[in-house]
Order: sequence, then structure tokens, then C-alpha cells
Amino acid sequence: MHGNIGTQAKAGETGKAKGRGQPPRVGDDPLFRRILLAFVLFFVAIVVVAPLVIIGFEAFSRGAGYFARSIAEPDTRHAIFLTAMTALIAVPVNTIFGVAAAWSITKFDFRGKRLLTVLIELPFSVSPIVAGVAYLFVYGLQGLFGPALQSAEMKILFALPGIVLASMFVTAPFVARELIPLMQAQGRDLEEAATSLGASGWRTFFSVTLPNIKWALLYGVVLCNSRVMGEFGAVSVVSGNIRGQTNTLPLHIELLYHDYNAVGAFAAASILALLAIVTLVAKVVLERQGAGRVRRPATLAGNDAVYPEVKT
Amino acid sequence: MKIRLDTVVKTFETFRAVHGVSLEIGSGELVALLGPSGSGKTTILRMVAGLEYADAGAIYFGEENATDIPVRERGVGFVFQHYALFPHMTVAENIAFGMKVSRVKRSPQVIKARVRELLDLVQLGGLGERFPGQISGGQRQRVALARALAVDPRVLLLDEPFGALDANVRRDLRRWLRKVHDELGITTIFVTHDQEEALDLADRVVILDKGQIVQEGTPEEVCRNPANAFVVNFLGDANRLDAEIRDGKAFVQDVAFPAAGIADGGGQILFRPADVSWREDGQGIAARILRVIDRPDSRRVLAVTAAGQPVEFDTAPEFSHRKGEAGFLDIRRPRVYAAA
Repeated sequence: MHGNIGTQAKAGETGKAKGRGQPPRVGDDPLFRRILLAFVLFFVAIVVVAPLVIIGFEAFSRGAGYFARSIAEPDTRHAIFLTAMTALIAVPVNTIFGVAAAWSITKFDFRGKRLLTVLIELPFSVSPIVAGVAYLFVYGLQGLFGPALQSAEMKILFALPGIVLASMFVTAPFVARELIPLMQAQGRDLEEAATSLGASGWRTFFSVTLPNIKWALLYGVVLCNSRVMGEFGAVSVVSGNIRGQTNTLPLHIELLYHDYNAVGAFAAASILALLAIVTLVAKVVLERQGAGRVRRPATLAGNDAVYPEVKT
Repeated sequence: MKIRLDTVVKTFETFRAVHGVSLEIGSGELVALLGPSGSGKTTILRMVAGLEYADAGAIYFGEENATDIPVRERGVGFVFQHYALFPHMTVAENIAFGMKVSRVKRSPQVIKARVRELLDLVQLGGLGERFPGQISGGQRQRVALARALAVDPRVLLLDEPFGALDANVRRDLRRWLRKVHDELGITTIFVTHDQEEALDLADRVVILDKGQIVQEGTPEEVCRNPANAFVVNFLGDANRLDAEIRDGKAFVQDVAFPAAGIADGGGQILFRPADVSWREDGQGIAARILRVIDRPDSRRVLAVTAAGQPVEFDTAPEFSHRKGEAGFLDIRRPRVYAAA
């Protein structure tokens, strides 16, 4: 409440409200404050914290040995492996895509720039299950490329490629969305300066652009990764849910749960929960470095003027 | 390095930024491109640098046609208004950047020695290990200049180099820049909208308006013989009165001013606030005082002529006339032009 200190002091000086009997400002009634805080805390406890605690508690309810055995079960191990594989492919691809998209949008002028910006964000507003079904129609046996793919003996659906594709669709905006506002605020001066000094495009990117966007980039990567590993809807449609073959961790958790193997489900879920906590910590650390805000505290060199982008 | 622009044109979307500008800049000259915002001066500078490409026309560096040479190979030193220093590199690393990425390989010792030399040139010896965020605006601009000079550019281009600095720093820096230019003798073009800066610093001033050159010449030439009313207005405070031109004379009320060579019809006279005296007898243009503003070394008088046109002029601090008094304006050094 830093912003209020000044006003408070001022109110004191005017002498109208001497001593302790200052009239409360709007929304500053102690009772109101307590009720609001209590409501928020209660809500967070019930909605956010309780499920997390339950996961940890239930996972170990039959002891650490049972927990370890549940994790070590071949199907669960395979699901973990598949999830990791998916992330290992989808996250780097989306990172490269995100950087390329942010670079094109912020450093070039071209027709349809606004449209591209909107399109990149589309996956945020589409339900993942819709994406999954759409992939079925494109790559499925009855789909657009289905017959061609079958004759080429390429398996996309109900296999790793399909899972990766669906995950990539869902997480396509994460990196680009972190970078675009930052790179827009930074303008093109630094790149122009580097080029005029004789640096090549790659050199400019790696020694000038990248160091200035690295925290935002990492932030986007962390969020993208956690979403890829946790994605359920789109993957559920395209993977075919084959136990021990095309089940990712979130799908496997559901399967275990339907098998009335609650402890197994919770054990598997605890891995995702752990991932969430690691992501959260990473996010906080990165935010300390200045990532994740629309604008960083004025870039060090003082090129803090926001250059008006040519909107097309 | 001599630079020549031959009817250069640049259009942005629908906006015509530069309309066929031709210009010659002699080797070792320090030239100012002066104009209001939107006059195309920065676009011209960026085209010389290769940061923008001309839609038509050509740019020559010496005898070489440089129009299609990319920035990277053009060998220009460009200094940005907002410095564009690399924030994650120290001052020394910033200055060394151009030498490190150059195709001409230099040993680390050579680079280090050159950085030290440049830091001394820009009077920042000892600040090499600081980051750009840790030095002042004026110091940053000097680092930017050192960085641009490090690659031994054929031409030095400065885009509103002092625009982001406060007035005192600005004056010191431009005197200093003039000194550096005289030492190095490098052909330099700088862009500014501040006429004082242009007149103070440049060998030659090129005045631009709406993407075209209005006048070019030494500061003396443009000040003493402004080509038109725009130049008079742009170079400093000026009063403007409607006049009628008859038989080589311009009449304002009944007062005649010499106007040889201007066609009969509507005209205008322009004059500086310092070129007016206030008289109580019947010599000059009838006017009435509206207000007197005090300044440390003078008084500025706001008056209105009998025809209702405002005039401002400067007087000695002893000027004792007051608001509402009527009298006459005696105008020296009037400039007469046909009506716009």
C-alpha cells in the first residue's frame, strides 16, 4: 500500500483529522478489510491449496514403498517417458517458433501483421478438445491426409507425432506472447546499431537480441513446458488412450482413477503436482529477473522510449 | 569521403517522406539536416546509412554507388538519439563490439588498446568497466560516438544526437563534438530540429520542409539571406505582417518597404523581435501595447497593429510604456516575400 502513505500524511497535515480518529477512506474500514481478506484466504485454501495437499497425502497414504511401486509400474513409467518425450520435442519446436514469430512481428513491417498476431493467440481461445478433433479430421484415416499418410505408412494419430502435434497447437502462443510486448518496447535500435557496426544477422541475434530477452524467453519456455506436460483434452483425442503405448501422464492418471486405483492415480498426479511447484518457483525466480511483465523496468541503456510501431 | 545524393525518393505506405532530394557533402564537412518533424531529415540520414532503402534515386560514397550496399558493409558510424547502447555489455565491450564482429580480424590486445584510445578521445577514461545503466545520458552519448568511431567509418551519421539531453549538457556536448570532428576530419552528417544546434555546430546547414530541401548554405548564408518565409520562421522568432506589393514596394498600412523584384499583389513582411523600435511620433506602423513581459536582460512587448495583427518585440529593460498605450512600430531589416 505504498501509494497510500502520501495521501495519509497529507490528510494528517490538513488538520481536519487530527490524532487517531481519521475517517476511513473508501474501502478502508477495518471490518471490511478483515472480511475481504478472510474470504480470499478461505477461497484459496478450499480451491487451490486443499487439492494439492490431498494429492500429496493420498499418494503416500499406504506408505512410501507403495508410492514407489506405483510409480515404478511399467505403464506409469511409460506414461512418464512419453510425457517427457513429448515435452522434449514440443517445447524446443515451440520455442523456436515463438522467437521467430516475435522477431518477425516486432522487427519487420508487413501486411497482415495484426492478423498474424491474433492467429498466434488463437489456441488460447479454442478449447483443446476442439483442436484434438480437428487433428482427427486432418490426419485420421477418413481425414484429409489420411489415405496419403497410410500409403506412406506414416502413423501420426494414436502415436507420438499426433501427441506432439496436439501439444504444440495448444502451447504455440506461450513463448511468442511473452516476447512480443518486450521486443516491441525495446524497438529496433539495438539491432540496427549492431548491424551498422558490421554484425551479421546471427551475430546480432545471439549477442544483442537474445541477451536482452533471455528472462522473458525462459519464462515462456517454463510456462510452455508445464502446459505441454499437463495437457489433457487435445492429447486425449489424438492419442487413442492406449495403455502403456500412447498414454501420457495426465491420461494415465485418469485411467488409473477409473481402475479404482486411487493411490496409483494420486502417486502419478503427485509427479505433475511437483512439476507445478517447480514451475511456480521458476516463475517467481524469473519474475524477479524482470521477465513476465509487459515492460521491464526501463532497459538499462536508457533506450526507454517506446517506439511507435507501424500498425498495419 | 564525399557523399552525393541524387534525386532520392522515399515513400512510406501512402506518406511521401522524401521527394527527390539532391545533395552534395564535401569530404570532411560537418553538415546539419535541419527541419521540423516530418520533414524527412531522419529518413534521409537513414537512407545514407542504409537502414532504409531509397525507392528511387542514388547515393554515392565518393565515386562508388552505395545505393544497394547493405548497412553492414557500408562502413558508416551511426549514432542513435536514444544511444542504443547494448545494456548487457560494459562500456568497453560496447565500444569493442564493432571490432569483434568485423571481418578484419584484430587481436584482443589491439582491440583493447583501441578501446582505451577511444575512451580517452571521448573523455571517459576509467569508465570502461561500467554498464550503460550506470553512467549519465551525456556519457552514454559519448560512448555511442566512440562505438561508432571504433570501426573507422567512412562517414559519421548522428540522428538527433543531443535530443534526449538537457540544455546545459547539450551545449557542452556540441562544442565538444565540433572539436572531435576537427581532430578527426571525418565527413559527418547530423540531424536536428534545433536551429541553434545546427547553426552552432555545422559548416553547412540543409533546411528541409515536407521532404524537400528549402535552402542550403553556411549558417551565415541562411541567416542573412533566408530563401523564404518558412526559413525565416524556422530559424528563429519572427513577426509576420500582411503587405500589399505595388511597383517594387511593399505597403503595410501607409509604410513602404523596399520589395524589388516581387510581383505586384499580396505580400508579407517578416522581421525579428529585436528589429523593432517603439516610437510615439508618427513614424512607422500604428500599434497598441497589449502586454509587457519581463526578462532578465530585456522586456518583451506584445502589441497589436491597427489592422489587428500581433507583433512581439524586445526592448531595453528601461522601456517604460504600459499596456494600452498607442504608438508606432519602426521596423529594421524587414524581409519581404510574396504571400504564401
